Amino acid sequence: MDLSMIQSGAGTAAAAAPAGATRNEPRIAVRDLDFYYGANKALKGINFDLPERQVTGMIGPSGCGKSTLLRVLNRMYSLYPGQRATGQVLLDGKNILDDDVDVNALRARIGMVFQKPTPFPMTIYENIAFGVRLHENLSKRQMDERVEWALTRAAIWGEVKDRLNTSAMGLSGGQQQRLCIARSIAVRPEVILLDEPTSALDPISTLKIEELIDELKRDFTIAIVTHNMQQAARCADQVAFFYLGELIEVAPAEEMFTAPKQKKTQEYITGRFG
Amino acid sequence: MQTLPTESPNPQPQQSEHIVRSYEEQLKRLREMVARMGGLAERQVADAAAALIRRDTDLASAVVGRDGEIDALETEIENFCVRLLALRQPMAADLRLIVAAMKVSTDIERIGDYARNAAKRAIVVSQQPHIGSLNGFQWMAKLVQENLKDAIDALVKEDAAAAERVWGADAPVDDIYNGIFREMLTHMMEDPRNITAATHLLFIAKNFERIGDHATNIAETVHYAVLGHMLPEDRPKADASAYTVVRPPA
Repeated sequence: MDLSMIQSGAGTAAAAAPAGATRNEPRIAVRDLDFYYGANKALKGINFDLPERQVTGMIGPSGCGKSTLLRVLNRMYSLYPGQRATGQVLLDGKNILDDDVDVNALRARIGMVFQKPTPFPMTIYENIAFGVRLHENLSKRQMDERVEWALTRAAIWGEVKDRLNTSAMGLSGGQQQRLCIARSIAVRPEVILLDEPTSALDPISTLKIEELIDELKRDFTIAIVTHNMQQAARCADQVAFFYLGELIEVAPAEEMFTAPKQKKTQEYITGRFG
Repeated sequence: MQTLPTESPNPQPQQSEHIVRSYEEQLKRLREMVARMGGLAERQVADAAAALIRRDTDLASAVVGRDGEIDALETEIENFCVRLLALRQPMAADLRLIVAAMKVSTDIERIGDYARNAAKRAIVVSQQPHIGSLNGFQWMAKLVQENLKDAIDALVKEDAAAAERVWGADAPVDDIYNGIFREMLTHMMEDPRNITAATHLLFIAKNFERIGDHATNIAETVHYAVLGHMLPEDRPKADASAYTVVRPPA
């Protein structure tokens, strides 16, 4: 065993894990974004970045626009008439709000996991393979590998590897949620959006998901909407605070929870309103 | 004018009160405990100085006896803070206040120890012949007591500017301490019979000087608690006694 290898390996790991110390390049850049539900303006002039391979936590009281923003980031809103966004959401310099964007391809690049686990009523294997087939043509062996890879990355492989052909509905809530995360990473997205992914889970499953988020940020850019401030503090590298459709403050998590700059942020995170 | 479709903005006036009132009350109680502890320490410092100046051994003994109260408060504050941290998961200014309270209570506890030590030595000094004037001690005790009071007040009133003033106000204390140091050296060189008293007086001066430093620490902590950022590393300092040497008489 060569010691110098270990040391150089550790060196690169440290260099590759900036974790809030330095700002990474933005993976998604939001510029002057307004969003309307019919006549109601739900997001007002939002400007901020999702830095590459970092976790961005979005917090704020109910109705502040954080989930709306998440829905804009992968064009979920396009499913509903009367909802529209103006401004820019730049992914690799391309505005994803443009009409010519292939929404299905976009959603393969920007995956989403919802509050309640939403497994398909299929086998565990099919839950993963289903989405992959929409975007890629893989051989049986390649598909097996992809399913194993996704389930392993989502930290659930060990628990399901002997029952891949049983229904996903038989899994526990926490397992179902990890399965949904596996499903979204199976298509190898660049960005993962998590909308309150643990609010329906027990504390231990919650911790497992948080641990998983920490793992996943090595490869993916992650945005997580959460009502649980402690969770944002635990998971996120940067935190954005929204209030009444406006982005009040965005800062590294450490700063946000020890010394926020805005009075409103201070009041919200210390539990003085919300 | 835009409004959100589903929820109206918070109908209550925005005030800096916690939604959970018991938490608000606990934070208030924490401030009061620190203020009480600071008040006790101020009195200990004042009484230790008075006992020295007036050669009042009863008062000095009382100071020694009262230190336990401060120690007990420190434990109480620490336990209370740990409980708040565990049960409330405080954030931002609340978090800073609680951490500050723990640090400040440690500083005050040390101040109490120094005051007690000064009082103990005052008893010995009172049994020795007079040497020189004790004006410097009186001054020094007054200054550090004021600084301590202002630092604690700054915490209670969340006044960062006041904390910064205290932080910058320790230099005169150091000056007096240096003066006393040289004076005591002179007394000892003049007459070896002064050595016992002069040595104890030197330690008493050192005790007061340390109390001043802890008051400065408290001010730094308060500044952080209120504003969320630290004061610079290099504080105005004037303690030069570490470089003072004894020159034999020519």
